[in-house]
Amino acid sequence: MKSLFARLASFCIGLSLVAAAPVVAAELAPDALVKRVTEEVLTIVRADRELQNGNTRKAIELVDTKVLPHFDFMRMTRLAVGRDWKKATPEQQKQLADEFRKLLVHTYANSVTAYRDQKIVYKPFKAADSDSDVIVRTEVVQPGSKPIELDYALEKGADGWKVFDVIVGGISLVTNYRETFRQEVSASGVDGLIKMLVDKNRKLEADTGKPAAKK
Amino acid sequence: MKKQTRRGGRWYAPLLLAVSLAGISAPAAADNPKDPFEGFNRVMFQVNEGIDEVVKPVAKGYDEAAPLPVKAAVGNFFGNLYDAWTALNNLLQGKPGAAGSDAGRVLINTVLGIGGAFDVASEMGLAKHSEDFGQTLAVWGVDDGPFFFWPIIGPRTTRDTFGFAVDSWTDMVWGLDAVPLRNSLGGIRFIDVRASMLPADKVVDEAAIDKYSYIRDAYLQHRQSQIRDGATQLPSYEDDDE
Repeated sequence: MKSLFARLASFCIGLSLVAAAPVVAAELAPDALVKRVTEEVLTIVRADRELQNGNTRKAIELVDTKVLPHFDFMRMTRLAVGRDWKKATPEQQKQLADEFRKLLVHTYANSVTAYRDQKIVYKPFKAADSDSDVIVRTEVVQPGSKPIELDYALEKGADGWKVFDVIVGGISLVTNYRETFRQEVSASGVDGLIKMLVDKNRKLEADTGKPAAKK
Repeated sequence: MKKQTRRGGRWYAPLLLAVSLAGISAPAAADNPKDPFEGFNRVMFQVNEGIDEVVKPVAKGYDEAAPLPVKAAVGNFFGNLYDAWTALNNLLQGKPGAAGSDAGRVLINTVLGIGGAFDVASEMGLAKHSEDFGQTLAVWGVDDGPFFFWPIIGPRTTRDTFGFAVDSWTDMVWGLDAVPLRNSLGGIRFIDVRASMLPADKVVDEAAIDKYSYIRDAYLQHRQSQIRDGATQLPSYEDDDE
């Protein structure tokens, strides 16, 4: 009974935050922003059996509307491509960013559906007011194993703080692609890399359509 | 070395030879200085993927059949055995404070946590650490060395391969004299570890464009973070910002 009440309460808090979101977002401190978005998403996942059962399409929708507005995909893609970024024309850069975005959304959506009953702990946040790049650290706590560090790198932009990297257990989800991308560019150029990403996304898209993907 | 072969080295030894020969002759796009034996490693990776075809369903069965408290207790039990080794490694790395905290964890969890089934110490505020001999060697200044992908064991740098040999040598489960108990515990632990990675499977499968290099680079990044004890550090973005 108590837990039902607690859930209801957090749901209401979640709702009120959603309603207030557009107004506050720009002024939120980075740690508050991470916390708000995380809680918002988790509240939705906890209440939705379809998401818990691995409905990727639904998870993608959730990530698209709640999480992505806070991400800076141009910067993420630039970081993932690394040195070869300058070899790409502005048109190619845009294509790369679009495709990389699709790939990351899929990854993020899968993590959302993998969520069970883990608790998220927000670590103390340290940053000077003048910092334009900061890290917000959280921890995923689960019974029977060591907590997993889940950190977000954010950058101050014109319209508030934007996430440009997600770091899980020290693994940067963005720079982890660098070696794969670098090899592809050196083998078949920037267009080769774009094609590789397009093919990957096409395959993911096709797999998502199958009912078998629902576990 | 006796303990090493016990781990099941014998049955795959001929296989090892066969694939290593295949690996050496395979054309490799080896221009990554961290991974000079990429061709060989990729073959090993495929061998592991094959082994996992058998292991994964078992882990899945365990994951679905065992209730959460049981799984937590199993994880805690092996974690508690391992905490003693973490304590020693923290001491060897010149972190007596952390070592003391880890030793306290073992004591508390063994006594109050009923032989380690419950992680009472974490609830009391003694955070769990995870240290191994590879990390200790790193703290002592030993470099990664070339990267390897081993069957069953998985990804390891050269340094961490030696570290892993020492970890296994001191391992309490593999040191048991009662063979059936030792094998059962070893087996359960293996499946428990595999089961704990199940949620990540789909994420990695779908995120990776080249699964081998995705896992390799994730492993290397993760190790660097472990060696730094997870200290906050932006990953190196040096190639770009200007």
